[in-house]
Amino acid sequence: MAQKEKDALSGVETTGHEWDGLRELNNPLPKWWLYIFYVCIAWSLVYYVLYPAWPLGKSYTKGLLGYSQREELVQKVADGKKAQEKYLTAIAATSVEDIQKNKDLLAFAMAGGRSYFNENCAACHGAGGQGAKGFPTLADDVWLWGGTTADIYKTIQHGIRADDGDTRGTVGIGMTAFGRDGILNREQIGQVAEYVLSLNKRSTDAAAAEKGKTVYDENCAACHGDSAQGSVAVGMDVGAPPLVTANWLYGGDKATLVETITNGRAGVMPAWSKRLDDATVKSLAVYVHNLGGGK
Amino acid sequence: MAEEKKGFSHDTIERNTLLLIVLILITVSIGGLVQIVPLFTIESTIEKVDGVRPYSPLELAGQNIYYREGCYNCHSQQIRPFRDEVERYGHYSLAAESMYDHPFQWGSKRTGPDLARVGGKYSNDWQVAHLVDPRAVVPESIMPGYAWMKDRPLKYTDIQDHMKTLRIVGVPYSDEQIASAKADLEAQKNPDADTAGLMKRYPKAVVANFTGNKGVTEMDALVAYLQVLGTMVDFTKYQSPKQLQQ
Repeated sequence: MAQKEKDALSGVETTGHEWDGLRELNNPLPKWWLYIFYVCIAWSLVYYVLYPAWPLGKSYTKGLLGYSQREELVQKVADGKKAQEKYLTAIAATSVEDIQKNKDLLAFAMAGGRSYFNENCAACHGAGGQGAKGFPTLADDVWLWGGTTADIYKTIQHGIRADDGDTRGTVGIGMTAFGRDGILNREQIGQVAEYVLSLNKRSTDAAAAEKGKTVYDENCAACHGDSAQGSVAVGMDVGAPPLVTANWLYGGDKATLVETITNGRAGVMPAWSKRLDDATVKSLAVYVHNLGGGK
Repeated sequence: MAEEKKGFSHDTIERNTLLLIVLILITVSIGGLVQIVPLFTIESTIEKVDGVRPYSPLELAGQNIYYREGCYNCHSQQIRPFRDEVERYGHYSLAAESMYDHPFQWGSKRTGPDLARVGGKYSNDWQVAHLVDPRAVVPESIMPGYAWMKDRPLKYTDIQDHMKTLRIVGVPYSDEQIASAKADLEAQKNPDADTAGLMKRYPKAVVANFTGNKGVTEMDALVAYLQVLGTMVDFTKYQSPKQLQQ
């Protein structure tokens, strides 16, 4: 780096480096860029001192502020809970029926219930509780496991055929697969399907329906009831739907009825008390009850 | 390098190839060490929690399908420690929970929801119905359907090789687990099978005939995998961050 030298053509100073007669121009970094760079270095030093930064084998430098993202989260969740404490403790201490009667609690439970419903329940039951094939509608008055607020609360808590000691129904056991398990033959299944259609005044084969009644009485009436009124009306906790209805969970056409009778059905709902706290489950029960069909 | 400082100039370095090589090596190795050395202490960054186990053979096959189909392009498996995430998805993810994932499925790119704790959130029937046609159950969904997967037989003749390969990179599959891989894979899809051995080797595995098919299909494997995500650690035992110290 000898004397300063200017390049004749561009008028820019050179660095003094030379390779085989080629010289390098000296275009330094812009000042504003350079100073920001220095500030960043200074800032990183401050950061190292204040915040967790360097790994030290089995540990790390904790920093003067003792910051921990996980501790901060605990604090924020606690702050959020505290802001809602008045309502949350009241909801936890109140029965689901009484929440419905208390205007303030009802408003809080409905608002919270809506958020939790959309996140956890809407995937199966639809955003408005409209349901889907195999997933019951919550906005109508057909309830396989009872439609009072207390029933709904119990169902959400413990689920249906779920991995929970107090679940509704029995894990792994739903409607018998009458065809697959060889209990009824094809002809009998066709007859009993025709009988179920006849209950709804949709039968096209009166003779088959007549024979189907015997099959029904021997195989189906135990759960669905003598007059096909469903297990809730019979007083059994098995979730067998009423069969004189316009609301079919899997479909009420003959092909679907035959499929159902042949292979059985065993819908499952998870037990939510494992995932959500009690105040949330209660809010959900109240929200679902108010979707339109609660009894 | 004090002696070099004295006569330090570009000229000295650029005219002395050996010195140039040595200095380049030193510079590069500093950069490398800063990135590599912390990995030697990776054990100390994984929380010591009970319950995390290697995936069962069927879950592992499902995970491979998850990778193959690029589910990670839209779904992350990482719940960050923020209140909004924790209230929506559940407890924040731990390093320990993905220690047997190769590659891990963290991320923040979410077109669909995070799946780190989707296990048990919905029923097996829902997972199948939703994979076959997402809009049948979630009308506003933009997820593609995977109906073909429901009846496509799962290829699992090489499942033991997958497990052996994972063992090389540190997943502690035992000889017993590898030896019984095929039997375990088939048992997890058959609720009538004797699953005592499977459940002993892989606690909390979800046993079901997910699709209702006779043979094991790709969707059986994928749903078995989805249903175990985030369920291995019992968080009632770990209430505060202090209990999750490494």
